[in-house]
Order: sequence, then C-alpha cells, then structure tokens
Amino acid sequence: MPDSSPDAPDSPAAGAAPATDRAGIELINVTKRYPGQKTPAVDDVTLTVPVGEIVVLLGPSGSGKTTTMRLINRLIEPTSGKITVAGRDALGLNPTELRRHIGYVIQDAGLFPHMTVATNVGLVPQMLKWDRKRIADRVDELLDLVDLPPDQYRDRYPRELSGGQRQRVGVARALAADPPVMLMDEPFGALDPITREHLQDSLLHLQDELGKTIVFVTHDINEALKLGDRIAILDKGSRIAQFGTPQEILLNPADAYVEQFIGGGQAMRLLRFSRVADVPLQQVPEAAPGDDADAVRDRLGDTGFAVVLDERRRPVRWITAANLDGVTGPVGERGEDVADPIRGRNTLQQALETLIQSDHECVPVVGRGGVYQGTVTLATVQNAIREMRRTAERAGAGA
Amino acid sequence: MNFWEYLRSRQELLVFETWQHASMVFQCVVAALLLGVAVGVLVYRSPRLSGFATGTAGAVFTIPSLALLGLLITPLGLGVAPSVVALTLYSLLPIVRNTIVGLNGVDRTLVDAARGIGMGRGRILLRVELPLAWPVILTGARVATQLAMGIGAIAAYVSGPGLGEQIFSGLGRLGGANSVNMTLAGTLGVIVLALLFDGCFLVIGRLTTPRGIRA
Ligand SMILES: Nc1ncnc2c1ncn2[C@@H]1O[C@H](COP(=O)(O)OP(=O)(O)OP(=O)(O)O)[C@@H](O)[C@H]1O
Ligand SMILES: [Mg+2]
Repeated sequence: MPDSSPDAPDSPAAGAAPATDRAGIELINVTKRYPGQKTPAVDDVTLTVPVGEIVVLLGPSGSGKTTTMRLINRLIEPTSGKITVAGRDALGLNPTELRRHIGYVIQDAGLFPHMTVATNVGLVPQMLKWDRKRIADRVDELLDLVDLPPDQYRDRYPRELSGGQRQRVGVARALAADPPVMLMDEPFGALDPITREHLQDSLLHLQDELGKTIVFVTHDINEALKLGDRIAILDKGSRIAQFGTPQEILLNPADAYVEQFIGGGQAMRLLRFSRVADVPLQQVPEAAPGDDADAVRDRLGDTGFAVVLDERRRPVRWITAANLDGVTGPVGERGEDVADPIRGRNTLQQALETLIQSDHECVPVVGRGGVYQGTVTLATVQNAIREMRRTAERAGAGA
Repeated sequence: MNFWEYLRSRQELLVFETWQHASMVFQCVVAALLLGVAVGVLVYRSPRLSGFATGTAGAVFTIPSLALLGLLITPLGLGVAPSVVALTLYSLLPIVRNTIVGLNGVDRTLVDAARGIGMGRGRILLRVELPLAWPVILTGARVATQLAMGIGAIAAYVSGPGLGEQIFSGLGRLGGANSVNMTLAGTLGVIVLALLFDGCFLVIGRLTTPRGIRA
C-alpha cells in the first residue's frame, strides 16, 4: 500500500482552497489509535473539505468513517495530527462550544425520546440562549424545510414518527442554529429506497439554498455519486484510495480497489450522476406567438425549426417550416406542443429518457420560473460523455 | 365495644396518628430520594463505586428493623429521631439501586448525541440522563414508600410517631379490652395509607413522565 499513498490525498485540489476558506475543514496527517488496538482506526489521513461543498466519505464497514467524523467535532481526540475548522485549530477550541457550531446528524437520528420534535430541534438554539419566540419561529421554519408541517409534527414525540420522519427531524436539529459546517453520519441509512431518494433530493435542494460545508458518510456508492461534490473512497485502515469528483472517480478510478468498489456500468452511471446543468446546451432559433411568419421562416435557417416562447419566455411549441407553409401574419398557435421541459438539476439519464419518449429530436431545458435556457439533444449527451472521458484521460495521464 | 364503636370513640387520636404516620413516611422518602439520587449520580459511572454504594445500602437493609431501631436509641434517644433515621436508611437501598440502574440504562448513543450537539456534562445529566432514568428512579421510590410504611409501624418500639402505637399497645395487652380493635385499627390504617400512597405514585408517574417515554 505505501506505493499508492503519496498521491492519495489529492493535494493539488486540496491545497488550492484553504487560503480563502472560511468554514472549510482540513485534516492534516491525522491518526487515531484506540487504546489496546494494533492498527489505528484512522491512519495518517490528510483531507480537505472545501467551503460550501459536500464531501462524501465512502468505504466499507470499519474503514474509520465515523471515527474521522468524530475527530472533526472532537467527540474523540486524535492521537496525532492537526485539524482545522474554518481556518482555526479545532484542538485549541472549547469542544462543547465547537460542537454547537457544527451540525451533527447521527446515524439513526439520535433524537431524545422524552422531548417533543420541537424541543429536540430547538436544543442548540436554546443552548445559544436565543429567546423563546425566535426559537419557536426557527423550529417551524426548519420543519417546513424538511417537509414536516409544523402544526402536525411540532408536538409529537420521536416514537410517534416513522423512521424517515425521524431522520428528517435529525437533519432539522443539526441545521437549527444555522451552522456553517455539517457532519452527517449515514443520515439516510436503513431507509427504503423511495424515502431515501426523496431525502437525498431534499438535501441537494437545501444545499442549493444554504451552501453548507458538509461531510457525509455512507457506504452506498450510488448515494455518494449522487450527493458528493467530491468523494473520498476509504480502504480498510482508512487509507484514502481516491479523492475526487464523481466523474473523476467513475472515469478514472485510481486503482483496482476503487474500480472494484464502483463496480461496472460506468457509462450508465455517468448518465445517472451528471447533471444537465453540467453540459453545454444547444441553442435553436426562437420565436414568439406574435412574430410574423415570414420573419420566423427566415430565422429557421439550417435547423429547420424554432422554439416558440410565451410572454414569460417559457417554451410552449416547436414550429417547423412545414407549419409555416403559406402562412402570413403572426405565427399564433401553430406548431406542436413541447414535451414537459427538463431542468438543470435533472440528470443526463432523465434527459435521455425524456428524449427517447419525445416525438421531437430535442427537449427544452428551463431554469428558475420555467424560463427557457436551451435544448438537449442525443448529440449533446453523447458529446458531453465523450468530453468527460477525454478530460479524465488527460487528468489520468498527467497524474 | 365492637370495631366501629372503637373507631368512633378514638376518632381524633386515630386521625392524628394516621396523619403522623403518613407525614413521617413522606418526609423520610423525600429525604431518601434526594440523598439516594445524589449518591446514585455520584457513583453510577464507576462500576466499583456503584457496587460499593449498593453493597452498603444492601448491608443496612439486612439488619432487622427492630434491631436497627434499638441500636439507634443509644446515639439518638427515643421518639422521632431514631424513627426518621431508620426509615430513611431503609428507603435508600431501592432508590440508590434504581438510580444507578436507571442512569446506566440510558442509551449511550443518546448521551453521545447530546455531546455531539454541544451539551456539557451537567446539562446532559439534567436534561437527558435523569429525565430518561426518572421512571426507574420513581419505581425505586415507590418500593421505598411501601417499605417505609411497614417499618414505620415498628418505630413505635422506640416511641416513634404513627400508627405503630395502636399495634404495639394492642399486642402488649392481648386479651384485654379493645386489644384486638387497636391492633386491627393500626394495621388497617397502614394498609389504607399504603394503597393511597401507591395511588399517588401512579398519578405522579403519569404527570412527570413525558408521553414519549411512557410505557
Ligand atoms: N470506541 C472505540 N473503541 C475502540 N475501537 C473502536 C471504537 N470505535 C471504533 N473502533 C474501531 O475503529 C475502527 C473504525 O471504526 P468506525 O466506527 O470509524 O468505522 P466506520 O467506517 O464508521 O464503519 P461503519 O460503516 O460500520 O459505521 C473499527 O475497526 C472499530 O472497531
Ligand atoms: Mg460508522
């Protein structure tokens, strides 16, 4: 293993961030050896979690994921090494104080059974001496955020909730005092796939708005690929086998261990875990219902069709040269209705599915408020994959 | 005189003695609860100290009540003092033991969660451990109360307050006038009080245990 460790922490990417890093986390040569154990649980780990990103720790049971996380909020002390949170030496801070500013979502939620949902969620703000009114408002806001209507859930006890609801309360509790850093230890473990998927989507949605620095533990590769901005794949003995973006890991696994971990079907996975927002969109001619048919005909050019946008720039119809045959005056309602548009947050796989089901060769992509941004075609998807592969190969060759 | 006539003729005395008995038991159990929980909190994290505390309380427990009361006469004299000390000592065992068991029974992952969100030692004890151990501690206090009821009657041996006086006087002049009535009145009084206190414990338990951890 010594041969692979030097390049493991991926220091170029790691080294770039810290200067401006206000709430990022850095672990430098951190080792934790539990008393009476031959091999350390965490062995010389160096890892940077850039501010505002989700870093996923992925690895088999016993690879030291939980231990790494608990080192960050000082529930345990490292045997050696240095840990900084938001640029400050974590080992020099008061641990209790530090923990109040790091949201911690514990495996199977860890809610206090004798307290209501509202009390559980309001614990940290209460310790930070917020006034009652502010805490109550914050609790309601958070319950809304995690999709639990406050009127219905505020006064329930944890045992009156389903497993998925408890996990959501756990997430709400960790978010309560708006900590810049969140540690999430298998927060969606032991849930059915549908609930899990739903919670993952909510987390991504939340992260869009909140931009926290998150360390997320899982041993589900698909969860890691879906959520992680970067993924650290841990081997037994907490060697970091690879640290990189989902695409880097799928396209350019560092060694046989990583390859085995991610399994086959990389191309399909790429489609599943790349976002429409990450690929260049294709622009086609545009038209409005009020535009003159002659003018639109001129605009079609080689493309042969245009997208008709309504007054709020939402795509409504495709219009082709055939639709315009012999028409004078405004184009009006002519053309075929567009299929349901897709969004930047959708995966390439979803885009592909929509394309296959659609009668048309391209699908419109919309942004906030349903505003048209461009289109996706089969060629766009193909090019995107080819481009990713090329980039990865270049990176692989350079390393 | 039949039993009812006896009750009516001694009504005032009997009500007074019943009140004294209840008051003595109540105060001793409250004292034992404060002391016992304090001891439990101090020792529960160390198996050695826990063993020592329960062992000591258990040793006191094996002394026959009559013997303990007798032994206490020398330092404390007769009357209220030895009775209260003996009752409190006997009440300690179930309370200390249940406090230790209750606190150790708190799910460690919850304590860990409490640390993880930034609670300090004292806060964890007050807001997480004691509330979660409370039903068990309360059960200890309930057992202690039943014990104190019975042993409280024997306190009459050292001229302590309460219904024991009826029982002891009755037994002392067996065959004499009203002897059976006295013994019966004392015994029934203790039983009724015990049932009443037990009822109170059910109510207290219900009021002080949050819905989230009720059985
Ligand atoms: N408190 C402890 N005392 C001694 N050894 C421990 C302790 N906690 C964890 N370990 C050991 O450290 C190693 C790493 O444990 P850790 O809990 O970090 O693994 P993990 O990656 O989180 O595993 P899982 O996926 O099963 O949660 C394991 O070999 C474990 O036995
Ligand atoms: Mg773990």
